[in-house]
Amino acid sequence: MKEPDADANPPVDGGELIRFDNVTKRFGSNTVLDRLDFSVNSGKHVTLIGPSGSGKTTILRLLMTLTKPEEGTITVAGEQLFPAPEKQIREVRKKIGMVFQQFNLFPNMSVLRNITEAPVTVLGMSKDEAAERARDLLEMVGLADKCDARPMQLSGGQQQRVAIARALAMRPQVLLLDEVTSALDPELVAGVLDVLRDIARTTDITMLCVTHEMNFARDISDQVLMFDSGRVIESGSPEKIFSEPENDRTREFLSAVL
Amino acid sequence: MTWDWGVVADFMPKFWDGLLVTLEILALGSLISFVLGLVWALLMRTPTRFVRWPVGVITEFIRNTPLLVQLFFFFYVLPEWGLTWSALTTGICAIGLHYSTYTMQVYRAGIEAVPVGQWEAATALNLPVRHTWTAVILPQAIRRVVPALGNYVISMLKDTPILMTITVLEMLGQARLFSQQNFQFTEPLTVIGVAFIVIAYPASLLVRALERRLVR
Repeated sequence: MKEPDADANPPVDGGELIRFDNVTKRFGSNTVLDRLDFSVNSGKHVTLIGPSGSGKTTILRLLMTLTKPEEGTITVAGEQLFPAPEKQIREVRKKIGMVFQQFNLFPNMSVLRNITEAPVTVLGMSKDEAAERARDLLEMVGLADKCDARPMQLSGGQQQRVAIARALAMRPQVLLLDEVTSALDPELVAGVLDVLRDIARTTDITMLCVTHEMNFARDISDQVLMFDSGRVIESGSPEKIFSEPENDRTREFLSAVL
Repeated sequence: MTWDWGVVADFMPKFWDGLLVTLEILALGSLISFVLGLVWALLMRTPTRFVRWPVGVITEFIRNTPLLVQLFFFFYVLPEWGLTWSALTTGICAIGLHYSTYTMQVYRAGIEAVPVGQWEAATALNLPVRHTWTAVILPQAIRRVVPALGNYVISMLKDTPILMTITVLEMLGQARLFSQQNFQFTEPLTVIGVAFIVIAYPASLLVRALERRLVR
């Protein structure tokens, strides 16, 4: 594949932050990613689209070190993530936050503690400072009054907004969003997407987003990558991909989902 | 057969002594089985086969041999190796060890029931492995297994009379001693039978209530 930034949109910010070189991921005999090369520049908002099973989520999971590739190297901010010793992996992981389809809040902790737990134990932040930051983040996602609630007392949309605040509390450079609205009731989707639009607009965080919300993808993305069978078959600005896709598979996919 | 309340009255002081010993066995035996069972369960999760394999063999061996045999082994064989504990201490350790191989399975199921997403969220937040266990996984796992552990406590209660065979004077031991000295069997045995029900039945109701509250 050619460099994905060789399109109409020049990089607005800094250099390359994430790089996949020749990455292959298999589950048994099923090749999910096939010698994949791609890179993401710092500050960009990149959306991964494509049919299910095309390997989009696997890319996020590889970056989050939830799974390992069979071949190839992954680099984040110049530091290798695979292959690398555990200590280096932990360092690189500090730069990355992830929001999951199923929220994955800790049900045994209050909303506030869900957010403060990692800053206190991983970053060594004082409890007061972490709590103050957590309150700010909860205010940002519109849940300032839910500090002491348990995750199970919240709606799915509220849980997901807490999960976003929890990821941001670690001040990651990269935010991975894995189908964050797929498990939500339709009327709760907008609230979550609004929060993410806000973050995309007001921060310089790099976003990698797997989503089926094409309007959202069009709104926030600087770049859209179309996946099929473990490879990037087309990439470019959202205008280009959504308005005049070149690849037949992209056209087919978009006409099915739009 | 006649029922003599006078015999009951004579037996009662011995009964209270026996009850205290029974409850002591139950409390300390449960404590040992809770702690040791968790240790076994965690050791079985270590990545190295050289830990899992011996732990697996030892615990399978203990779980699949009778408690009575283990009790005799501890009481009669260990002193030959220089370990001289009192009968009560030996009994508590044996019953605690035996039940730890059951509670271990309970913990294992509880740990496996925590959704994999919890591990993934902990990884994504870069939480250290130890902290993930203590703050995320175990609180959720243990909450789920409290009722199952409670059932083993009740089960252990009903196994405490086995300690009589190594001269521990718990309830049954006291009843037998009293019976043999006075040739009165009905009253002491009935009293301790009632005592077992009076303890075990409310306990099982409590376990059921916990089940409703803690296991979703």
